[in-house]
Amino acid sequence: MFAPYLLHAWLAASFVALAAGAAGYIVVLRRASFAAHALPMAAFPGAALARLLSVAAPPLVLGFALVSALMLALARRRGRSGPATALLLAGLMALGALFLSLSGGYAGAVYALLFGQVLGAGPSAVLPAIVLGLAVPVLLLIGLRPLTLTALSEDLAAARGLSAFWMDVFALAVLALAATAALPLTGALLSFSLMTGPAAAARLLVTRPLAAFALSMALALGVTWAALALAFVTNAPVGFFVGVLCAGVYVAARAAQAAQTPSSSTMA
Amino acid sequence: MTDVLVTALIVGAAAAVLCAVAGVFTVLRGQAFAGHALADVASSGGAAALLLGLPPLAGYVLLGLAGVGGLQALSARRTTADHDLMAGILLGAGLGITALLLYLDVTLGSASGAAMSVMFGALFALPASAVWGAGAAALVAMALAAVLYRPLLLASLDADLAAVQGVNVRLVNTLFLVLLALAVALASLTVGAILATALLTGPAAAALRLTRTPGHAMALASVFGLASVWGGVGLAYASYGWTPGHVWPVSFFTTLLVIAFYALGRR
Repeated sequence: MFAPYLLHAWLAASFVALAAGAAGYIVVLRRASFAAHALPMAAFPGAALARLLSVAAPPLVLGFALVSALMLALARRRGRSGPATALLLAGLMALGALFLSLSGGYAGAVYALLFGQVLGAGPSAVLPAIVLGLAVPVLLLIGLRPLTLTALSEDLAAARGLSAFWMDVFALAVLALAATAALPLTGALLSFSLMTGPAAAARLLVTRPLAAFALSMALALGVTWAALALAFVTNAPVGFFVGVLCAGVYVAARAAQAAQTPSSSTMA
Repeated sequence: MTDVLVTALIVGAAAAVLCAVAGVFTVLRGQAFAGHALADVASSGGAAALLLGLPPLAGYVLLGLAGVGGLQALSARRTTADHDLMAGILLGAGLGITALLLYLDVTLGSASGAAMSVMFGALFALPASAVWGAGAAALVAMALAAVLYRPLLLASLDADLAAVQGVNVRLVNTLFLVLLALAVALASLTVGAILATALLTGPAAAALRLTRTPGHAMALASVFGLASVWGGVGLAYASYGWTPGHVWPVSFFTTLLVIAFYALGRR
């Protein structure tokens, strides 16, 4: 399980988990689940295009994700952004499907881009993962106060001179960075799991923002490590364990909370 | 016309009309993400059907209904819940299971193109018998929509008023999710599980901007949806000649046309 050739996978996946756990805190706080689901998908055609043109993927992936983040923020500013978000992600996924068809539709490539390919991570995957994996939590910690304020009360934030729109752009751009880091490892579809389950569980378990932020990252890291180990032992795909464990962590947190509530009410 | 083309046009038409009806309610209720989540969960049904040799539609419908149950269980007793978050957690679990089943499709079965056909659709690969399943699902769903129409509209616009008028809001909401699951199952068969969301929300959102009543919006959304699906089938059929050896996906053209109609509606 800890063979040298798997070292890259463990390293890269750990930093991706830190980025996704941190990003998840913002997703839950700002109720941006659909946008967070759309961003890794927006990065998908970038990776597919890189495959078609046989060029390095990260710049194209990042470009698609950042442009989409801006478009999502514009849609969210107009309110009721559901249909626009749905169409943006469908349009970009369709573009990715076209690129993949034109490059031969090789089945393994389709699966890897959708559900990830952690165990195949080579040395070239490590550096982008470390850079993005550290950048996302740092950027979010710097912006944590204004991000929280605009999420809780736009009026109060406006009185302090904070623009709700630009804070949304900032939050979505950081999510785009996290999506870029996660795409090669957990794929377009399951990157989102790492951004929701652990963060939603953390928010149920602790109330203080910084503690929830740290717990979200820790849970994401734990899920990722467990998924890697289980995948190695059972030979089943990592994505399966990531998806199911992320939901499992949340359900467990709900159960823990439900077990706590009645006892505290009888004490009161 | 070949049988393949006729099957594609009929299944696509059933999906377009049903999505128009369900889509108008979805957009009115702000449940675009719930619709998308149901399609993602249903994708595991499509992958399971490939593994067991069942018709894909049966898989999409069964797992879509299981998704409805999951959604109701997660949102139960939480009046202030972030419904999008619940949908997100559910779809994460569903896609994880899809990842496993698609992997098994390739390793145990011989469906090497499983990921492409489940997620992005394989309208030209449907057998002629798929018409009957699609027709039956569409008829059941349209009957459900006809029964639900008035109470659902009332519950969507003002839940308190609906409750005062004697509507069982929770039952109506659940039955609407069943309707939604049937619509995304047919849409998944047509354009694939990921892109089903385009057919569901795009034509309906465009039509709602251009009309004044929900009924008219459903009629116009049906026209937009039909034009998108049939146009997509026609363009994909024509694309055989454009890039030798590579067919452009039907779902690519259909999604593109849906977005074009949506852009038209925004003006």
